[in-house]
Amino acid sequence: MKQYLTPTARNLKPSGIRRFFDLAATMEDVISLGVGEPDFSTPWVMTEAAIFSLEKGQTMYTSNAGNIELRREICKYMAKHQGLTYNPDNEILITVGASEAIDLAMRALISPGDGVLIPDPSYVSYAACAELAGAEVHYVHLRAEHEFRLQVEDLQSAYTPNCKVLILSYPNNPTGAIMTREDLLPIARFASEHDLIVISDEIYADLSYGYEPTPFATLPYMWNRTLHVSGFSKAYAMTGWRIGYVAGHSDLLNAMLKIHQYTIMCAPIMAQVAALEGLRSGESAKKEMVMEYDRRRRIVVNGFREMGLTCFEPLGAFYVFPDITVTGLSSEQFAEELLKEEKVAVVPGTAFGPCGEGHIRCSYAYSTQQLNEALSRIANFVKKRI
Amino acid sequence: MLSEEDQRLLHILSLDSRLTAEDLAIQTGLSADYIKKKIKQWEDDKVIVKYGTLINYDRLDEDKVTAFIDVKVHPQRGSGYDNIAQRFRKFPEIKSVYLMSGDFDLCMIIEGNNMHDIAQFVSDKLSPLDVIESTQTRFILRRYKQDGIEFHGEEERPQRLMMTP
Repeated sequence: MKQYLTPTARNLKPSGIRRFFDLAATMEDVISLGVGEPDFSTPWVMTEAAIFSLEKGQTMYTSNAGNIELRREICKYMAKHQGLTYNPDNEILITVGASEAIDLAMRALISPGDGVLIPDPSYVSYAACAELAGAEVHYVHLRAEHEFRLQVEDLQSAYTPNCKVLILSYPNNPTGAIMTREDLLPIARFASEHDLIVISDEIYADLSYGYEPTPFATLPYMWNRTLHVSGFSKAYAMTGWRIGYVAGHSDLLNAMLKIHQYTIMCAPIMAQVAALEGLRSGESAKKEMVMEYDRRRRIVVNGFREMGLTCFEPLGAFYVFPDITVTGLSSEQFAEELLKEEKVAVVPGTAFGPCGEGHIRCSYAYSTQQLNEALSRIANFVKKRI
Repeated sequence: MLSEEDQRLLHILSLDSRLTAEDLAIQTGLSADYIKKKIKQWEDDKVIVKYGTLINYDRLDEDKVTAFIDVKVHPQRGSGYDNIAQRFRKFPEIKSVYLMSGDFDLCMIIEGNNMHDIAQFVSDKLSPLDVIESTQTRFILRRYKQDGIEFHGEEERPQRLMMTP
């Protein structure tokens, strides 16, 4: 039946995480550090608001762009916390997770053959969404010696004149790297000089430790050419509710809205109700979760350094990306042998792009007890190899 | 006014008092020396009054009964409720004593091996005291949450996938 598939669908590579998922699923007593989602339940105030709305019979469609109250509240939040001003009527679109926003952006911006600049390593969906839209993917090498911060020289090397879009994601999945305003300014100049539209995935912005994230759209001349993507999955522990949003110029948003209305119609109303409540009264619960991630982050970084692995300090998201080259194993071998020998599941760095070689991604969205047990097993594994 | 770092330190200690200064240093980014000094100071100042262990007796075959005793008393001239509370808190059976607003004046938490123990304590020791006007005893039948810890249902957390992007 494969002959019926389009070449794009046929050739699309499955996520590099899939193989490990299948392998780990056949084993018992595995401790996993492979999950990219909070281990907290959604704060109760938000869940309760959704339950109450269902009891009242709020089970209908919202407008295609999303509940106007939620859009207004997001605009207020962005103005207050990020210094960004958007019109809730036509510059905000509520999507089914930030993932849908990325897909919509690609489909609205890319014509077959356009180039998309994608940092490597980065989240697994960027390249796939770009390819599905017909783009030519240009990977931009992120280097450990620069703490995985995007350098304009590497951007220049990857750039070709067909490039139209640059994706940024800071704080970053899988590295946990961040970029300061000073780091981002040359990238903004580059985007302006080369007339690039920037899709800035800021889903982890609220999960940052000891530094203030700089929204890319706040940089000089960047508001017009930035699509600011975010959502509630990570900071509000709402992964399964699937609520994201994108903010940007109304011309871009209108095109994305059309694609959204013909495919998704609208995000689910009960999840939008929960998200609205999160913005209104979930701030303290969010802060407590961030404090807890920070505590675990320190335990995990220290754990990897103590076992002799180089591990730069991530200041955002909930991942560490230690360097495992000292063991002499490739990322895939490391992850596979660790799973078989010590029953700890981690994700090989190469799942996020070829430049992830020599690293593994470990999530620290787990209890201290689980983290300590996993670290002890990994230390045992590493000790035999260095 | 507590600094943010000190608030954090107390919070982590309140979650797990067994952590060493070195463990706490890793988790907070503060130095172990600073943490040792700070804990000593808090102990001396009675900010940290005890390192506790919260036991779920429902998991053991041990009978343990806890009751709230609400007490209405005649306040005393000059000392109000303080002397009365002082007297109550000497009883080893009484684990906590609070002055309350509402229909009753004092609320006490009492632990015993069974309901009979508690009933006997109330009838033999508390009720005869001349300062007591009336009492109301309420037994804890099941603990769902105590000190922020959920006692039932925590093992029923929904399963997460083994790996996700």
